[in-house]
Formats: sequence, structure tokens, C-alpha cells
Amino acid sequence: MTVPVKTPEPDVDFDLALKHGLTREEYDRVVSILGRTPTYTELGIFSVMWSEHCSYKNSIAVLKTLPREGSRLLVGAGEENAGLVDVGGGFAVAFKIESHNHPSAVEPYQGAATGVGGIMRDIFTMGARPIAALNSLRFGSLDNERTKFLLRGVVKGIGDYGNSFGVPTVAGEVCFEPCYQENPLVNAMAVGIVKHGRWASAIAKGAGNPVMIVGSSTGRDGIHGATFASEEISEESEAKRPSVQVGDPFTEKLLLEATLEAIRSGFLVGIQDMGAAGLTCSSTEMSAKGKSGMRINLDRVPARETGMSAYELMLSESQERMLVVVKKGHEEEVREIFAKWDLHAEIIGVVTDEPRVVVEYEGSVVADVPAEPLVLGGGAPVYIREAIRPEYLNEVEAFDPAGVPEAGDLNSVLLRLLGTPNIASKRWVYEQYDHMVRTNNLVLAEGDAGVILIKGTNKALAMKTDCNGRYVYLSPHTGGMSAVAEAARNVVCTGALPIAVTNCLNFGNPYDPEIYWQFREAVRGMGDACRALDTPVTGGNVSFYNGSPTATVYPTPVIGMLGLVEDLAHVTTVPFRHEGDAVVLLGPPGSGHIGGSEYLATIHEIVSGTAPPIDINREKAVQGACLDAIRDGIVQSAHDVSDGGLAVAVAECCFVGPDSSFGVTADLPDESLRPDRALFGEDQSRIIVSVAPSGVEQLRKICETRDVSFKVLGKVTRDDRIRIGGRIDVGVEEAKQAYYSGLEEYLSE
Amino acid sequence: MKEMTDRNIRFGVVVFPGSNCDHDAHHAAGALLGQSAEFLWHKDHDLKNSDVIILPGGFSFGDYLRSGAIARFSPIMKEVIRFAQDGGVVIGICNGFQVLVEAGLLPGALIRNSSLRFVCRFVHLRVENGATRLTNRCKQGEVLTIPVAHGEGNYRTDPETHRRLEENGQILFRYCDKQGRTTPEANPNGSLDNIAGIMNEEGNVFGMMPHPERACDPLLRYTDGRKIFESIINSFVRPATEPELVSIHNGGR
Repeated sequence: MTVPVKTPEPDVDFDLALKHGLTREEYDRVVSILGRTPTYTELGIFSVMWSEHCSYKNSIAVLKTLPREGSRLLVGAGEENAGLVDVGGGFAVAFKIESHNHPSAVEPYQGAATGVGGIMRDIFTMGARPIAALNSLRFGSLDNERTKFLLRGVVKGIGDYGNSFGVPTVAGEVCFEPCYQENPLVNAMAVGIVKHGRWASAIAKGAGNPVMIVGSSTGRDGIHGATFASEEISEESEAKRPSVQVGDPFTEKLLLEATLEAIRSGFLVGIQDMGAAGLTCSSTEMSAKGKSGMRINLDRVPARETGMSAYELMLSESQERMLVVVKKGHEEEVREIFAKWDLHAEIIGVVTDEPRVVVEYEGSVVADVPAEPLVLGGGAPVYIREAIRPEYLNEVEAFDPAGVPEAGDLNSVLLRLLGTPNIASKRWVYEQYDHMVRTNNLVLAEGDAGVILIKGTNKALAMKTDCNGRYVYLSPHTGGMSAVAEAARNVVCTGALPIAVTNCLNFGNPYDPEIYWQFREAVRGMGDACRALDTPVTGGNVSFYNGSPTATVYPTPVIGMLGLVEDLAHVTTVPFRHEGDAVVLLGPPGSGHIGGSEYLATIHEIVSGTAPPIDINREKAVQGACLDAIRDGIVQSAHDVSDGGLAVAVAECCFVGPDSSFGVTADLPDESLRPDRALFGEDQSRIIVSVAPSGVEQLRKICETRDVSFKVLGKVTRDDRIRIGGRIDVGVEEAKQAYYSGLEEYLSE
Repeated sequence: MKEMTDRNIRFGVVVFPGSNCDHDAHHAAGALLGQSAEFLWHKDHDLKNSDVIILPGGFSFGDYLRSGAIARFSPIMKEVIRFAQDGGVVIGICNGFQVLVEAGLLPGALIRNSSLRFVCRFVHLRVENGATRLTNRCKQGEVLTIPVAHGEGNYRTDPETHRRLEENGQILFRYCDKQGRTTPEANPNGSLDNIAGIMNEEGNVFGMMPHPERACDPLLRYTDGRKIFESIINSFVRPATEPELVSIHNGGR
């Protein structure tokens, strides 16, 4: 028998605090809060709770400027583990997006897998059953072998976890830009559904109620994951691979079923999942929320290895665990529910009246800390950092698109754009995800957003993640607005009313004033758009420090948009459906804006200019007109115009999906523009719809009422050609081939 | 053999830890096909008087060690095996197919897809034997559209077993293209001879990698999976117009 090796505990002083990521000022505050030097365990507790990842200390002041109220919201942003929105019919929807960027940069498979696991727990800890998963992924150039390694690992990680867990992955985005080379972005979103009055809260109250740890046992994995997420990727990051947790989707599936059963039993007071900062975060946050405290005995925590110190037990980020407060006297019933699913449920402590978390281990008190000062919204530090408008903006704003030579053969430009990994079909990715389990996916890969049936009702939820990081880089405020607007436009195109937003804000180092300016401006843009579109922010996640010594990522505020389809008859998809239907552009003809476009980046290898401007009120009117027309039953197909502009959008309508393929003959909306700019410019607030010829007048009237521009561009044909404005004439099969093979070509072995 | 005409067929859906298509199978048999459906917990011994046992898709016991390898030791499997040996109808879908193979109720093995990647997509299946309890509502040679979703669906067996499967009409479905051609391109996982589903010699135990329960709801557009469920239900109706079923009931092929 081997003697367990106990991790030694060093003496605490400021140098050690500095190594834990605390500043002088923060360390002094810890000493003043405690009235003494913290123990080693306490230092660990403060350092993770005040890390950027847990405390949002550099972002919360700005986040508070976002609109966070609306008639549908059932809990406020940040109040619980996820946002909760009323969708009528006695149902509420819990949804949230979160980043797992840093873990995925060093260990793509486990990093991405545990990202999925973490966001799922945020949903079912509220009592909601997860019904759909989404993601938003960004990598460097696919010419780079490491990018392929990361992409393969991340996609397999997401797939293996989500597939086993049994929730369909229904929508998302995958983008490739050199700035994400060292620091990919892996954002995972989950959506769950719960009946009114059945949701649970992350609260500890009622002195004497037992505190239980349920699910997996606790190991040394993931210690300081939260702190690792709060610094830039560097040469040393590889050495932090042990900070990456290891996922077990099978246990998570058991935990899901047991948790929902336990919540239904009515024996729980509160429950919170253990994600970042594990037992530390869950115990202090639940206590602070309930204005109570806990007394915890770590000797009772089921450990998966011997010799763990109190510090390690408190900071472990072992996955698939929950902290539960049980109504006194019902411990046995709760234990039985978890035992049925072969899971631990051990009493490790008790709720107390005094608002402190007291931790005992091996006969002595190893931590005694007040809960309130530790947590976000309580006493955790809040900073407003210096912001300076970045120098590079002068340069990009001076860009003159007239200086871009017009490409000669626009047919080959269209084919190249259809095949560029940013635009090409992501089939290679989504076929590795089970996107059909639970038999609720109404549009498969044929919609601008995922559309999920709410079983037993005539309603559906539409959902999409979206952001164009290039736009945000070039024009942070406009780009922030566009991220919201496009996500909303996507769900509108499926027949849904956008109702609420979650967001994942991926930025560089907030201590760099130019980055902080990007952050502030992008959030201001998001807020403006969310207010105009009446889609309040229900919560989300901030990920700073995305960068390496060589590059900072584009500011990338990913929006997770939730929409509600009121009647299944409204569900609408991208592909054209009938020969002879009119192809109509809803929204402005556009100015041929190529700044920040995929055309400029791919064909001319220029990332410059400003992002396409957006008039958010016009955007709202266009979305309203589209939704009115869908609800009137006249829209056969709808597709938003985005990356690659009008030509790419019209082409996609011809061949997306397995069942059909049509041709199209269409005019350009504005013949006076330079053809390349008219075809590939990315002006906002535009939607391509097809309607039966008999519906055109009705559509025109809807547009007039909403004061929305309307133009019949042409019609759907059966002649297998895509013809646009006398400049594009390509075969549908050729275009389809380019679109479906673009990404796969890079990845075939 | 049971004879019945006017009562619902009772489907028992086994729930292993890690099953995740259990609700979909229950929903298809119950809500969509209008039959009775019950969940059967893997630790129990009670088959609740089921007429048909479904081992659903998912990742039983995480598919750790090997797909289906641990599930076959669950207490309920003792009863399922006895039920099958007594001629009861047992259907394994996806992970359920893997469990039946591990339990020795069906021949062969299911190994990793030749692409080494999980694959979720609609595939076409050619019905190779339209005269079984699982396919009597399909025509021989008919092409069905039903999705697959698996990482380990690559069917393998030795040449002798393969020959017997073929000769006995035990091969139920082959992966094919829209026109019914069994090309390598139409094979999503590298299965031997494009095999997508088989039955035992007696014709009462069935295994298939594709998910018929995912193609039953008209709201989801694809409904070919109903033909599988309707065939099973039909097979309990006293055969009048389909005398060939009698021989299968009696295991006399």
C-alpha cells in the first residue's frame, strides 16, 4: 500500500497572492475583510472568486448598461445560472451561452466537451430539461495544420459529449480568421424547457437544512481553471493543461435525470452546479443569495484520489457535480433518487444563519470567510478601466473601396466565395453532431436558425448564435449592433419573433485601453440593438484575455438569440420551393458596401473599411414585414443576406438541403452600382424571400405599411442555372458542389 | 403465438443508464402510432406484459469498454433473453442493436465507422426482405429514408455467417442511394455488404442501426419509420392475407 502524498501548504504572503493573480490592492482588501492573513485555502477561495472569470470585475459595470428587463423575463440577468423566459402555454425556457476558449486552446477535445457539459448543467440545475445545443466556433486559417487539429478535436469533443448526453446540436457558426490562430473561440449554448413553477433556484437558506454534494467524486482536475481562463495564452499555457477538466457525458446524463427527479420531488431548497471554482463558487454564491451561510466538512466529500488538501478540494473543477440544499428530514429520499442513478449524494454540511462559509477539514477550520464580499454583485471588486479609441480605426476608416479593382470573372468569384470555409456548408461539422435526437428538430440544416418543436404544443423555439468579428473589429459599435440584428434576422427568417438574448463576449486583455474601448463600444452597440428590437439580455458570459503574444482576437461578442414560433405553420426554411415563385428582396437595395466583407477578405485579401452601417429602426421594420408576410402564409422561403452578399444568399436558396434544387433568374436591385459591389456587398437589413406570383401584391402592401423597401428581383426556375443581373450565370450543380465541398476539401484525410 | 386483433400492442422500452432515444421510441410507439408504451428500468426484472421489447438508441453505460458490452449484464437483459428465446419480438435500434449483438441474440459485431467519425444524417435503405415482422408493410426492394446517428455502426461478420444471413433472408436492409443502388458512397459507416439491419434465424429478434423512431412524426416531414412500427403492429394481427408470416412466426424459414 502506498502512502498518499499530501500536497504541502505554503505560508501565505503578498508574493503568493500575486502568484494567484491578486493585485496588491485586492490582497489588502482580503486581509482587511478577514482582519488577519488568509489561510492558504482562503487565499485560493478569494483568488478564484475574484478572478475575472467568476467576478466579472472588469466587465460588470459595462454589462449593466445592457437592457435587462422585459415582460417575458422570469428571472433577472445574473440572478440564476441561466436566463429564464416565458414562452406561453405554461412553459418557460432557460438558455445561456458560455465560453471554453482557453481550455480548448491547449486541449481541444476535453476543452470543448466540458464546455458543453458546463452549459448543460447551468440549464438543468434550474430544473429545465435541455432540448437543444448550439455553439459558436472560431479558428485560425485552415491552411495551418494546427487549425485542423484544433477543429477536429473541438468538433469531436462537442459531438462526443452532446451525442452521448442526448441533446441535439441544432445550430451554430464556424469561422476562420488568422487572428484566432493561437486562441480559438469555443462558445457553447444550451436551451432547456421547464413548466411554470417547476424551476429551481441556486439558493441556500433555512438554518439546519443539510448541504449535499451530488454526482461525481472530486479529484485534482481543473484546479484553477477559472484563473487560467483569466490570462492570455502563452508559451506557458501548454503547461496548464492539467487545469483543463475531463468530461464524462455518461455521468452527466445520469446527473441530469437524477437532478430533475430530485427537483420534481419537492425536497430541494436550492441547487447549483459546480463549474468554475467548484465547491468554492457554489457554496459562497448560494449562501450569499440566501443571505445565509454554510458549515462544510471536507472530510465527507467523496474524493477520487487520496491525500487531497482542503485547498484542492475547494478549488477542484471536477465535472458533473452539484451542490444541493435539502429540506431537513428528507435527506434519505434525496439520497435514494441519486442512488437509483448510481450517483453519490453525501451530506457535507449544513446551512447556518450567520452569512459565512466555514470549512473544516481533518479536525480544524481551514477557511472561515464571509460569503457576500466574495461574490459578483456583492463585495467582489468592480473596475472601470481606461478606454482609448484604437489607433488602427483611423486607418481602416480611411479605406476607399473605389480603389479595389473590379474582379473580371464574377462567376468564378461567386464559386470561390461559396467554397470559402467561412461561407461553405458546415456539413462536415454538423454531421458529427447528433442533431435529430429527441425528435424535435423541425428544419435540420435548412433554416437560418435552429427550430425546435415544443412537444405537446403548436409552438416552436427558434435559436441562433451569431457574430461577425470582422465587423466588430472595424467598427465596434456598429458591429455590436449587427451581431444582434443578424441573429434576430435569422430567427425571423424561420418564422419566429425574437424574444431574448444571451451573449458571450470574447475580447482581449481588458487592461489594454484600446481593447477596453472595443469592449465598451461593442456592448453599447449591442445594447442599442437589443433595446430597439425588444430583445432583453438574460445573461451570458465574458471571456477576456483572448490573445497570444502575436495576436489579439477580433472583438467577438457572440449573440445567442431566442425566438418564438407561435404556430408551426409559420416555420420557414431557406430553399426555394416552387418553380415560378417570385424572388423578392425585402429591405434596402444596398449601396454595395464591401468594407469588412467576405468578398474583400477572400478575393482581394483585404480586411479594411468600416462595417456595413445599420439603421436599427429600419432593421426592425424589415424583420416585422418579413414576419407579417410569413404569418400571412405567403412566404415560401426566407433567407437573410449576410456573408458574401446578395449573390451568395440567392445562390444558397437554390440548392441548400437534400431534397430540391432550383435555378433562378434575377436582376440586381440597383443597376447603377458597380456589379461586384452590388453582388457581394454586405449591406444590412436585407432578406430574400420567395412568394407565389399571386402573393406579390399582398407582400407589397405589407412592405408599404411598414415603410420597407421591396423589389421583385426575378423568379425561381427549373433550368438549373443561377443568373443574376447579367453578370452571374453559373450551373446550380457547380455552385452546390463548391458550397458542399469547400470545407470538406481541407479536412479529407 | 399470440393472436390479437382489436387491442393495442404493448411496447416495452428498456431504459439503461445512458439510453437517450428511449423517450423517442416511447413517443413513436405510443403517441404517434397509438399503441401502449411502457418504460422498463434496466435494474428491474418485470417486462410488464410487453408484446414487443425495444432496446433503444443512446450510449448505455457511456458505451465505455465497448458499445453495448456492459448493458447486456443489466438485470432486465436476463428477462429479455428469455423472452426472445420464447419467441417474443425484440428490436434493437442503434445502441440497442449493439446490445443484442453483445448479448449473442444476433450474430456479428458493430465496430467503429470506417470514417472514424460519428455520423448523423438521413440515409436510404433498401428493403431486402419484405416478409418479416419488421418489414411486412414494405415492399421488397422499396427504398426507405430514415436517419442514422452513430459512431460504431460498421457491421462485420465472418463469411460463413454472412452467407447464412443472405441465404436465410435475415438481411433486412441495405444502405443504398435514392435509386436503390447499394454503392460504397451510400454506405455511411463501411458496413460489410452495406448491411444496415438484420434478424435472427427465427425471425423474432431484429437489429438495425438506422432510427425508425426518428421518422414517424409528420411534423418532421420524414415518415418512413412508421412502416417499421406498422409492420410490427400488423404482425400481431391474425394473418389472413399474408400467409408467409405464419412460417416466420413458427420459425420455419
